[in-house]
Amino acid sequence: MSGTFVGMPVFPPPAHPAFPKAAHEAVHNQTLRGNLRHATHTIRGKREKAVAEMSDWAELREAGKQIKDHTLRHLDRYLVQVEESVTAAGGIVHWAADADEANRIVARLVKETGEPEVVKVKSMATQEIGLNEALEAEGIHAYETDLAELIVQLGKDRPSHILVPAIHRNRGEIRDIFAREMSEWGRPAPEGLTDTPAELAEAARLHLREKFLRAKVGISGANFMVAETGTLVVVESEGNGRMCLTLPETLISVVGIEKIVPTWRDLEVFLQTLPRSSTAERMNPYTSMWTGTTDQDGPQTFHLVLLDNGRTDTLADEVGRQALRCIRCSACLNVCPVYERAGGHAYGSVYPGPIGAILSPQLRGTASEIDASLPYASSLCGACYEVCPVAIDIPEVLVHLRERVVEGGPVTREGNKVILKPAKGHAAERAAMRAARWAFASPRALRAGQRLASRTRRFHPRTLPGPGSAWSATRDLPPVPAEPFRDWWQRTQGGKGDKGAAK
Amino acid sequence: MRVALFLTCVNDTLYPDTGRAVVKLLTRLGVEVDFPMAQTCCGQAHYNTGYRHEAEPLARHFSDVFRDYEAIVTPSGSCGAMVRELYPRMGERARAEGRGDTLAATLAPVVPKTYELTEFLVDVLGVTDVGAYYPHTVTYHPTCHGLRSLGLGDRPRRLLQAVKGLELVELPGADECCGFGGTFALKNADVSAAMGTDKVRNAESTGAEVLCAADNSCLMHIGGTMTRLRTGMRPVHIAEILASTEEEPAA
Repeated sequence: MSGTFVGMPVFPPPAHPAFPKAAHEAVHNQTLRGNLRHATHTIRGKREKAVAEMSDWAELREAGKQIKDHTLRHLDRYLVQVEESVTAAGGIVHWAADADEANRIVARLVKETGEPEVVKVKSMATQEIGLNEALEAEGIHAYETDLAELIVQLGKDRPSHILVPAIHRNRGEIRDIFAREMSEWGRPAPEGLTDTPAELAEAARLHLREKFLRAKVGISGANFMVAETGTLVVVESEGNGRMCLTLPETLISVVGIEKIVPTWRDLEVFLQTLPRSSTAERMNPYTSMWTGTTDQDGPQTFHLVLLDNGRTDTLADEVGRQALRCIRCSACLNVCPVYERAGGHAYGSVYPGPIGAILSPQLRGTASEIDASLPYASSLCGACYEVCPVAIDIPEVLVHLRERVVEGGPVTREGNKVILKPAKGHAAERAAMRAARWAFASPRALRAGQRLASRTRRFHPRTLPGPGSAWSATRDLPPVPAEPFRDWWQRTQGGKGDKGAAK
Repeated sequence: MRVALFLTCVNDTLYPDTGRAVVKLLTRLGVEVDFPMAQTCCGQAHYNTGYRHEAEPLARHFSDVFRDYEAIVTPSGSCGAMVRELYPRMGERARAEGRGDTLAATLAPVVPKTYELTEFLVDVLGVTDVGAYYPHTVTYHPTCHGLRSLGLGDRPRRLLQAVKGLELVELPGADECCGFGGTFALKNADVSAAMGTDKVRNAESTGAEVLCAADNSCLMHIGGTMTRLRTGMRPVHIAEILASTEEEPAA
C-alpha cells in the first residue's frame, strides 16, 4: 500500500478559506451539484415519509431534547457513573481533554498490542481528532470499513457528509476509485467491475472481509453510552461495524462526553428518532451494544476514551450548548439549501452543514477564517430546526455565534472564561450597521435618506460597485420609487386626498 | 379597532405600492388604518447579522411607536417574525446579561398584537374572500419566516384561491428558501444566487405569469433574478393582488 497517504486529513487544513470562497467552486461544479441535489432530495423525501408515519413524533422529539438537556445539565455526575459502570463490566476508561491527548492514548494502546494495523467502525469523533493521521505517524495503518468511508479513504478524498461521507461521488466515480486504488490497499477490485450498486458492494465486501478476518484491533466511536449499565451502542446499516466490534481481540472506543444517556430506557426514544431522521428507516439494520467484556465472546480487552475536545467549553454557553444534543443524524444537512449547493467540503470540518456551522465554531473557536465565516453560511431559513429530532434551534445558535464574531464577548476556552475581541474584517459592516441604527433612530433621518434616493433615482447605476456588486452581479436592483410611502401618506392622508403621484 | 400599519423600512423606501395596497385592502374591509409616521425599522437586519445590541434601540423605538394600537399589521413575514419571535428573545438575552427585565417589559406589549397581513385577514377579520379580482395565473412562494417562524400555513393560499379570475398553480419545491436571507445575499452571494436561480427556474416551470409572496425582500431577490434571467415573469406582493378589484385592477 501507499506509504504517503494517511487517510482523512486533519481539519481544518492550515488555512482553510472562508466559507464563501470555499463554496464558490462547488456552486459552479455541475456534476457535484447534480450528485448532491439528487442525493439530498431523495433522502429528504424519504425522511419526511418515515417521520410522518409516527403519530407521536412531536413527543419523541421533545423527549429526546429533554433527555439530552437533563444529561448535559448533570454531565459531571453521569460521566463518573459511566466510568464506574464500564470499569465494573471489565472495561478500562481513559479521559482525554483534547484531540492530542486522545490520539496519544489510542496510539499507545494500539502499540501495546504490537499490531501494525487497526480496522475502524465509522466514527465522527475519531475523524474530528484526526486519529488516522496520528496513528499513521506512529506507523499504524487504520482501515476504514464503512462503505462510504472506504470510498473516501481509497479516493484520497475528504468526507462531505456525516452519514454518507461520499455523497458527492456518483457510481461511475466510485467504480473508477475502486478499480484504481483497491490493489494498493489489499484485495484488488474484480476485473471488469461495472458501476452497478450490487457489483460495487460485492467488490467492497471482498476487499474488506480480508481485513476483518486479519484485524486484532478495532477502533470505534459510539452513538450512545448508557450510564447505568456502561453499555455502548453503535447503530449502522452495513454490518461492517458489527464485524469490527466483535472479531478483534482489542476494542478501543473514542466517544464524545455528550453521548451519554442516563438509562437503558432512554434509548427507546433515540432508537426511534435516529434511524428515521438519518436513513429514513423505521429501524436501522444493525444495532450493536456491548457492556465491558465477556469471557470468550468478542474482544477480551475494551478501552473507552472519553473525549472532551471543546465540549465542556461549549456546554458553558447557555445559547450554544444545545448543539451538544446532536445525535449526528444528518437530517439538517439533507434539508439544507446551502449544503445542497455548497457541498460538505466548503465547511472545512468533519461536521458539515447546519450542525457543522454551529458545532465547529464552538468546538474550535472562532479565531480561524473558516470558523468565523461558518455562522454566516445560512440564510436562516429554519428548515434544519424543523427536521432536527432533538430540536436544536440552529438558526438561534447561528445568530448567537454571529454576535460572538462581530461583537466579541465572554466565552469559555479550555475551561477559562475569556473575553473575545470582535473579529477583524467586519469594520465596514459594523460602521454600516451603526450608521443604519442612527438613521433608523429618527424617522426624520430615514426620510431624508429616502428622499435623496428618490430624487437621484434617474442617476442610479444598474450595477453596484464594491460590496454591492455581490448583489448586482446576478440580480437586478429594484427601481427606487418617485416617493417613499410616508411622503404619499402625508400628502394624501392615507389616500383620502390623493392629488396624483409625485413626479 | 385602532390598527397600525407597520410597513417596514424596505417597503416604505422601495415598495410604496405594497403599502398603498394594504391601506386600500384594509379600508375596503372596513378597517381604519393608521400609519404612525415615527416608525422606522424593526432591527431585523441588525439582529440577524449579529448586532443584537444595535438592534435594541430600534426595538425599543418600535414599541414606543406602536404599543398603544390594538393591532399592528405588517405585510412582511420576516419583520413580523422579528417582533413576534425575536423581540421576546432579545428581552431574555438582556435578562441573562444581568440587565434586568426592562427590555423584556418594554417589548412585551407589542409582541402578541403584531400580525402578518394574511394572519390578520384570516384570524382577526375572519375573511378569506376579500372581494379581489386578479385575472392572472399565479404561483405562490411561502417565504421562510412566514412559513416556519410565524406558521402562516395555508392562509395565503386560501386568500389567493378566493380571488376572482386568479388561477393558482403549485410551485415545485415551494418550501425551499429562495436564497435571500438578508445579509446572506451579499456575504454568500454565490450560494444565494444559485438558490435564487433554482427558485426562478421552478417558478418558470409552472407557466405562471406572476410569482406571489408575502415578503418584498424575498421578492426583491427573486424579481432581480427573474429580470436578469429574462424570464418574463413578475414578482407581486400578495397585498397588491388582494387589493386589486374589477373596478380598480392592479397594474
